[in-house]
Amino acid sequence: MARKKIMFKDAINEAMRLEMERDESVIILGLDVAGSAGTEQERDSWGGVLGVTKGLYPLFPDRVIDTPISESAYVGAAVGASACGMRAVGELMFSDFMGVCFDQLYNQAAKFRYMFGGKAVTPVTIRTMIGAGFSAAAQHSQSPYSMFAHVPGLKSIIPSNPYDAKGLLAASIEDDDPCVFFEHKALYTMKGDVPEEHYTIPLGEANVVQEGKDVTIVALARMVQFAEKAAKKLAKDGIECTIIDPRTISPMDWNTIYSSVEKTGRLVVVDESYDLCGVASDICGHVSQNVFGALKAAPQMVTAPFTPTPFAANLEAAYLPDAKKIEAAIRKTME
Amino acid sequence: MKTQLSKEDLLKAYRKMREIREFEDRVHVEFAKGTLPGFVHLYSGEEAVAVGVCEHLNDKDRIASTHRGHGHCIAKGVELEGMMAEIYGKKTGTCGGKGGSMHIADLDKGMMGANGIVGAGPPLIAGASLASKLRKDGSVGVVFFGDGASNQGTNFESMNLAVTLDLPMIFVLENNGYAESTSPKYSAKVGSENIADRARGFGMPAVTVDGNDFFAVYEAAGEAIERARKGGGPTFIECKTMRYFGHFEGDAQTYRPKNEVKDARANDCPLKRFADAVTSAGLVDAAEIEAVDKEVLAQVEQAVKDAENAPQPDLDALMNDVYVSY
Ligand SMILES: Cc1ncc(C[n+]2csc(CCOP(=O)(O)OP(=O)(O)O)c2C)c(N)n1
Ligand SMILES: [Mg+2]
Repeated sequence: MARKKIMFKDAINEAMRLEMERDESVIILGLDVAGSAGTEQERDSWGGVLGVTKGLYPLFPDRVIDTPISESAYVGAAVGASACGMRAVGELMFSDFMGVCFDQLYNQAAKFRYMFGGKAVTPVTIRTMIGAGFSAAAQHSQSPYSMFAHVPGLKSIIPSNPYDAKGLLAASIEDDDPCVFFEHKALYTMKGDVPEEHYTIPLGEANVVQEGKDVTIVALARMVQFAEKAAKKLAKDGIECTIIDPRTISPMDWNTIYSSVEKTGRLVVVDESYDLCGVASDICGHVSQNVFGALKAAPQMVTAPFTPTPFAANLEAAYLPDAKKIEAAIRKTME
Repeated sequence: MKTQLSKEDLLKAYRKMREIREFEDRVHVEFAKGTLPGFVHLYSGEEAVAVGVCEHLNDKDRIASTHRGHGHCIAKGVELEGMMAEIYGKKTGTCGGKGGSMHIADLDKGMMGANGIVGAGPPLIAGASLASKLRKDGSVGVVFFGDGASNQGTNFESMNLAVTLDLPMIFVLENNGYAESTSPKYSAKVGSENIADRARGFGMPAVTVDGNDFFAVYEAAGEAIERARKGGGPTFIECKTMRYFGHFEGDAQTYRPKNEVKDARANDCPLKRFADAVTSAGLVDAAEIEAVDKEVLAQVEQAVKDAENAPQPDLDALMNDVYVSY
């Protein structure tokens, strides 16, 4: 690990490069994943809308495939190719666009194996961007992973740092089930230590970011940073927090969450998505059902309010969970 | 040159095109300063398409737009002041600051919104024109969409639906040669380079016109809209045009030939072409054109000032208008 810290987006790029080197059946499909197709200029001008796939086309010109703006067709083709021996990585630029292609995941990829009596293997991975905070408004800021996690047969992966992003993406691509991999756009420039070599992180293993005896905070993606900030502040007042980053919400590492709540007796779940039918309510529900006896206070949820993402900066700031809101929720469990 | 447009109409059309150009060029400058939030896609260079079509429409006619929506808004009569404030995320914006550049809408003007989802417009306008047809009020629906969007399944399905239901609907394809960095030569191989050929396959009249020639667009749109108003069904109009800025503000545009935009600005600018045509035909004086330019410049200047000084939305706006009922 002698090298400098690298960015989250470079970690993702590296995971794809290593997988493509290791396995010829790995292909990438998406919009402008190389770029300049059909022009007289050099290819790889874009490397995806934020440059995450940049540099892969020159290495694997036959396997980095620009598609027309036809999400239903190319996400579906990633599914179909994967059911026929390829290991496709489809890039759905923004997760908000899943509305255009959901059937191919929801009714097709997710259900093949079960419907076909265990005979199908569909090792497709769909990478897609989530997250608010950029004044990108209602159709480019959502975090709709709970809709995918709600579907038996799909796995939902949500990394919070560069190290996890690389290991989890490698694991997703190598996984034989359909995986949806959610990348928070605010994390792309986050830097961290990432080994150069290939490694994987098992899907379904939470990361315990820090341990403390008073409160268990469960947070995902960008919310992990906010939770850390809140925990730091509370530590000054003698309140010690455990922070758990589930990293995947399907499968969910219930044991790690339960055993932490058994120790702390208090739970705060932080999620950038909504409380209604979301990850936060789900975790609170499971904990209440399974380790109710350990709870010293009502579990708290810190989520976005039940509205689309507003454009105006002041409204968007009010919309997003932040360290202050997390701190308040934690204090509530301590009352 | 011949045209049935009166001098007044000509000046009105020119003013609209100038408003779009001035507005977009100014947003470009403001964005570069870092004063504007979010994603912004500019329409400079494509003015003749939006204006050539919308000059035939009234407030009862509906249009659906794209991520590159400012031009359609202005052409459909949405006020510049509200639009600028919306782009700044202010309370006085067309949508109260809750939508931004990609979602400017003014339903009273028949403008059903810019759109963040490529290919979302065609089905919506199929519905709008179905409503027109059932209400029998003679109104029509127009969907603007790009060469990239033409590959979206929603577009193919809507073409078929429009023909099946004989809808008063016009498909206006803005073929500006790129979808982000991808050329339709790669993504929309239709043999002839005219994406309009696809529409003919669905059984509707389809034409390809020079989208930088206001009069060519105006004529094609006039014929299509009149046919639709009379119950003659849908039409597809492909307009070949050019965007002058990047896909979004901040795009380095390495996929474009170096002088492409410079040449287009010099030799194929829709505003220059319009001004040259009407002045050399003696229909409008050069001084009148210049007067419009000046007035619009001042108007946009004022819109920016007002937007900068306008208040942010009130915080309770966050929870409002998720539903009608609460
Ligand atoms: C469903 C969906 N897919 C992809 C995008 C990202 N995107 C925004 S604009 C665009 C290119 C659109 O090209 P075109 O239709 O030609 O319109 P132009 O930008 O040239 O006006 C893409 C891929 C999106 N907003 N929605
Ligand atoms: Mg285009």
